[in-house]
Amino acid sequence: MSVDIRLASSRPAGADLYHGDNPGNIVTPGDIITADTGFMRGHGTYMEDDCLHASVAGTVERVNKLISVKPLKTRYNGEIGDVVIGRIRELAQKRWKVETHSRMDSVLMLSSVNLPGGELRRRSEEDEKMMRHYLKEGDLISAEVQNVMSDGCLSLHTRSLKYGKLGQGCLVCVSPSLVLRRKTHFHNLPIGASIILGNNGYIWISPTAQDKSEESGGYETNLQPVPKSDREVIARLRNCVLALADCKMLLFDTCILYAYEASLKYAVKDLLKPEVAVEVVDLVRQRLELEGS
Amino acid sequence: MADADLSEAEKTFILHSVQDNFREDGRGNEDFRHLEVETGLISNTNGSARVRLANTDVLVGVKVQLTAVDPEKPEVGRLEFFIDCSANATPAFEGRGGEELGSEISAMLTRAYSCPSAVDFHSLCVLPGQQCWLLYIDVLVLECGGNLFDAVSIAVKAALFNLKIPNVTMTKDEGGVELDLSDDPFDFKRLNVSGAPVIVTVNKIGHKHVVDASEKEEECTLARIMLGVTEKGSITAMRKEGSGSLDSDSISEMMEVCKSS
Repeated sequence: MSVDIRLASSRPAGADLYHGDNPGNIVTPGDIITADTGFMRGHGTYMEDDCLHASVAGTVERVNKLISVKPLKTRYNGEIGDVVIGRIRELAQKRWKVETHSRMDSVLMLSSVNLPGGELRRRSEEDEKMMRHYLKEGDLISAEVQNVMSDGCLSLHTRSLKYGKLGQGCLVCVSPSLVLRRKTHFHNLPIGASIILGNNGYIWISPTAQDKSEESGGYETNLQPVPKSDREVIARLRNCVLALADCKMLLFDTCILYAYEASLKYAVKDLLKPEVAVEVVDLVRQRLELEGS
Repeated sequence: MADADLSEAEKTFILHSVQDNFREDGRGNEDFRHLEVETGLISNTNGSARVRLANTDVLVGVKVQLTAVDPEKPEVGRLEFFIDCSANATPAFEGRGGEELGSEISAMLTRAYSCPSAVDFHSLCVLPGQQCWLLYIDVLVLECGGNLFDAVSIAVKAALFNLKIPNVTMTKDEGGVELDLSDDPFDFKRLNVSGAPVIVTVNKIGHKHVVDASEKEEECTLARIMLGVTEKGSITAMRKEGSGSLDSDSISEMMEVCKSS
């Protein structure tokens, strides 16, 4: 039984966390981007006194004549093809409303999900009434963005076997800007856990599914108790991800694996302490720089 | 935040992990999360403290005022609590949503501190029978990340520890006694808070109980007991919440856990 209380003044103040090169194009709200009037204004900018100012804190992006500022801390802005993890908020006519940490709830149409049993047929009235049997409020799903509607609302689909309802595991919420778009977001780590990096900042850590043959179409959740060794791995991964997110490191599978390996010498709950987290992230950063060069 | 409701699978996961004494973030059932305390932040109060317990962020300010004494208790000073659950903390606190929780917490704190040995109330008395100190303790909940009661009580204790009560000089006048508050910032006295109680919340998840539950774990609790415990181990207040039933064995077990933490 341990209660760890410490004074805020003993926190390492303003530790020099960023060792890399300064990209040089980070702006804060109010900064002048350019005084040249030949550019078109994009998102995150406004015009004042013939100068282009930034209205959010972020990086400046320039595409030909269009200047925009991409904010660092923002709600998730969906693109077609992104993998997201969402929670079912409510059931509506022929669709589910899914919360994905974006500005509006996303929509999952009944016609965009795989029916249990894998059958292909038109969705009928019966299916509408059975919607709650498939997915009910509070369930977590992994899905892909099919379409972005004109008001910014995302339309999701789970038309592949790798998407669907998520079973037992742990959800970690980080900022969406820390998850890059990659070729694959589903990783089966060699240490016995799988991790899904949602582009919307939701990261799902779960034990690796033992058998891959699921005829049920992914709607039946396995409620068997997860063995303790798997649970330790999941807890350690969760703490590593939170440590990386706190230090604003970009998240991808290699960096999470390095963090896991660097953290093995500490007990899992020690990773919750800030100085241990900073040390682990420093080791990861050094290793990544070594590999990069 | 997506932690508002959990899926069945997540709840089962948390239930099993509590039974194994290995929670979601690796803590045991009786481990607290990392806690950070800061005092003396707000300059226009007499005492202040801020406590950060993982996501939970609580700010407390204490101000003192001379008032007339309560006729039933002419020798002691008084404490008054006010909790403001700001809408910043959780979306649920928007508008008047936080008032209910705020009044619950203040009732619990009042009960916990009503024990005479909690704080040396006699030292708060300036003029026996006439004037005493009234401490206004204001709590602002900045962020709610689970285990609010514990964080609030720790912050209150820290703020009281930080409290500087200005010294009073009494001059006898023809009409009565005149009280002069010292303006000197270094002329003050401190309050002895070694007996001040701290609230410990024990949540029952499944058949086991946990201390310092995170938001997700709080979603899975059936019932919880909050105890105000002093350093010596004596219990000053107790409160049960939730619709689950507890049998007497588990209650006494939980009380023991509270006392030792």
